[in-house]
Amino acid sequence: MDTNPYFEMFIDESKEHLQSCNEHLLELEKNPQDLAIVNEIFRSAHTLKGMSATMGYEDIADLTHMMENVLDAIRNAKIPVTTEILDVVLQAVDYLEEMVMDLAAGGTGKKDVRELVESLNRIEAGGSAIAVSAAETAATIVVEENSEKVELSYDDYEMTVISQSFEQGFNALEITVQLREDCVLKAARVFMVFGILEKVGEIVKSEPKVEQLENEEFGETFTVALITKEDANTLQGKVMKVSEVESVTITVLTDDYLANGKRAKEDEAIKAIETAIVTQKGPSVQQEQTEQKGKRNTGVQSGNKTIRVNIDRLDILMNLFEELVIDRGRLQSIASELHNPELNETVERMTRVSGDLQSIILNMRMIPVETVFNRFPKMVRQLARDLDKKVTLEIIGAETELDRTVIDEIGDPLVHLIRNALDHGVESPAERLAKGKPEEGTVTLRAYHSGNHVFIELEDDGAGVSRERVIAKAIANGVVTEDIARTMTDRQVAELILASGFSTAEKISDVSGRGVGLDVVKNTIESLGGYISIDSTEGQGSLFQVQLPLTLSIISVMLVELEKEVYAIPLSSIIETAIIQKSDILNAHNQKVIDFRGNIVPLVYLKEIFEMPEQHDESDEFQSVVIVRKGEKLAGLVVDSFIGQQEIVLKTLGNYLQSVFAISGATILGNGQVALIVDCNSLIK
Amino acid sequence: MTEMLNQKEMKVIVFQLMDKEYAISVDVVQSIEKMLSISRVPKTPSYVKGVLNLRGVVTPIVDLRARFGLAGKEMDDSTRIIIVTLEDYDVGLIVDAANDVLDIPVESIESQPEVVGSVEVDFISGVAKVEKRLLVMLNLDKVLEPIKRVTSDDL
Repeated sequence: MDTNPYFEMFIDESKEHLQSCNEHLLELEKNPQDLAIVNEIFRSAHTLKGMSATMGYEDIADLTHMMENVLDAIRNAKIPVTTEILDVVLQAVDYLEEMVMDLAAGGTGKKDVRELVESLNRIEAGGSAIAVSAAETAATIVVEENSEKVELSYDDYEMTVISQSFEQGFNALEITVQLREDCVLKAARVFMVFGILEKVGEIVKSEPKVEQLENEEFGETFTVALITKEDANTLQGKVMKVSEVESVTITVLTDDYLANGKRAKEDEAIKAIETAIVTQKGPSVQQEQTEQKGKRNTGVQSGNKTIRVNIDRLDILMNLFEELVIDRGRLQSIASELHNPELNETVERMTRVSGDLQSIILNMRMIPVETVFNRFPKMVRQLARDLDKKVTLEIIGAETELDRTVIDEIGDPLVHLIRNALDHGVESPAERLAKGKPEEGTVTLRAYHSGNHVFIELEDDGAGVSRERVIAKAIANGVVTEDIARTMTDRQVAELILASGFSTAEKISDVSGRGVGLDVVKNTIESLGGYISIDSTEGQGSLFQVQLPLTLSIISVMLVELEKEVYAIPLSSIIETAIIQKSDILNAHNQKVIDFRGNIVPLVYLKEIFEMPEQHDESDEFQSVVIVRKGEKLAGLVVDSFIGQQEIVLKTLGNYLQSVFAISGATILGNGQVALIVDCNSLIK
Repeated sequence: MTEMLNQKEMKVIVFQLMDKEYAISVDVVQSIEKMLSISRVPKTPSYVKGVLNLRGVVTPIVDLRARFGLAGKEMDDSTRIIIVTLEDYDVGLIVDAANDVLDIPVESIESQPEVVGSVEVDFISGVAKVEKRLLVMLNLDKVLEPIKRVTSDDL
């Protein structure tokens, strides 16, 4: 079977199920008595097992199976929930995650899990073995053999459903019902039989198909495959109660039977044609099943209907839409020239509709920050144990939405900040008690919208930043001079820990050491067009605040003109614009500079940098300058004129022009022309 | 099976530069456009004319005359931009004229002669003789090696 079309879906869904396992396991640790949570975990694990078995990833299926056995024992109250057991189960989830990630990265998804399987087995041996074997014996009882019975054939999907139901302790029955020859309302009898069966279990398949049964397109007999916990004899009695039923034959399916049936099916060439017909009609049955499943799921989960869309498709949609906007602009200008009221009206309507469309398209790219946040609870649990600290993590505003492009980038910086907060922020329980704080530290992760930005805050009630230690270290590392340090505010001092080459750790620890400091976090966030700031009170805790743009695909820029060419300078790098007199330009070792509010700022002549083909002599007394910054350094970009501020959609130059000096991308202007975006960082050394 | 068939005939787009006809496989051609307004990209090799907006996608444009070291020419009504898609990037090629689409028998393609005009031999994958026409088959991968690092040598 070619599994490629389902591969991505499998990976995505596996990740979701594993995440759900993680979350619920952590919840379970807090409420060990809540068996509903165990059921939730069991459900996720079970689905994962089924999916991976169908996809042929036996290792994942096997490990999940072992995990499931342990969970089953827990939910049947055979073994109690303890931290040790949860550790092993969480580790199993970790392993599964690794295997899935390996698959996603093109690997084989194989991993040595023997040790883990042993520990799972040991846990499970706590008392559940009896229950499993009992279910197996029950499944092998054959109630009655009848020569008349119709043998059903099953496709792979149905086989998986049936064999999974065995593992859950269900029976699979093939029920052949014979109606009396003189039966008048055959469809009604079928309906009644189905009614009984559906009450006690789930119908996997019927022969003839449900539609044919409903239309009375069958003789006197029909066969149904049912998954149920009901005993075959009782069921037979129940179905016999339906009037005009001649006889009911029930066969209990076993694993062996299924395996044999499959082989037999392959041998018979004639039957192959039939199977072909069956598979053609197959989707309707499957669809019914998924519909049924869907109904059940909606009861448990939220009623949201969603589909997965590849982000590339959204990008294409966005591109096409921009074309539309450009044409709209042309239409608008034509309409304003023609003064035709009907045309004007239509163009206005179109403007409104396309405006709405634009916000919908942008919204489609938004996903809740939850997708990043939800890996942190487990990380914090593990870190707190490694560090011998007691920490609770509070998450607020996980539903806050951000553009997919930003979400992909903020994970690592946040991991770094959280590690930092646990390692350097929160004190050990003993220290905390000595300071009169509760033994358990609290770390709060908060996300919220404000204007065109999203704020993510990480707050801890730990030790805070020690002014003396930070200043001492900063001076030792040459980050600041003693004089400057004395005049710095507490906040400025706190933010020194973001300076490059700075780490307050007195020794490098496993947790946040890793050879990189918070400066990496700062750089990443700034490269996203965001800011990070720190508020800290010594002894009471710190607050790291990260401000991020809602989306990376739309940025605010200042459009400027150089001769006839238009360039865009990102507003995030601009400090301000100025018009200076030529006489204010000074010369400092072959570099033209200006005095900008007491700072000496070097001038960058964009026309020279960009090698304008024809440069007109500046007879103008005044020059337009955009003051830009890179970190603490400033530069003044000399341009011909300012056009104005505008929101633009960021586009790449493509793979052919992989890196062009001082150009970070391009955008399309309202007139359809391409304007290049200036990369200020590469202009400042 | 299909490979066998494809090997007998090859569909190509024929275009003109100076007085010569060149051919590229139709498979890589996405579209042929009339001249559009191009924005110059600074600090790129001189044969990179710039970028243009191709239905919302910023597409780099290469002037084939400049790439082949031929004399420049004013754009006119017959000037065309052939948009080609190679592996993972799209590039537009400015040509004097895009004449037609031809099916050429594969056996009519010969390996390149020692000297073919002034175009670098590396760029040519072969020469096809179709009736009385001589078509120069281009090796686009060589013609359009992505510009990774812009050094002063390239300028």
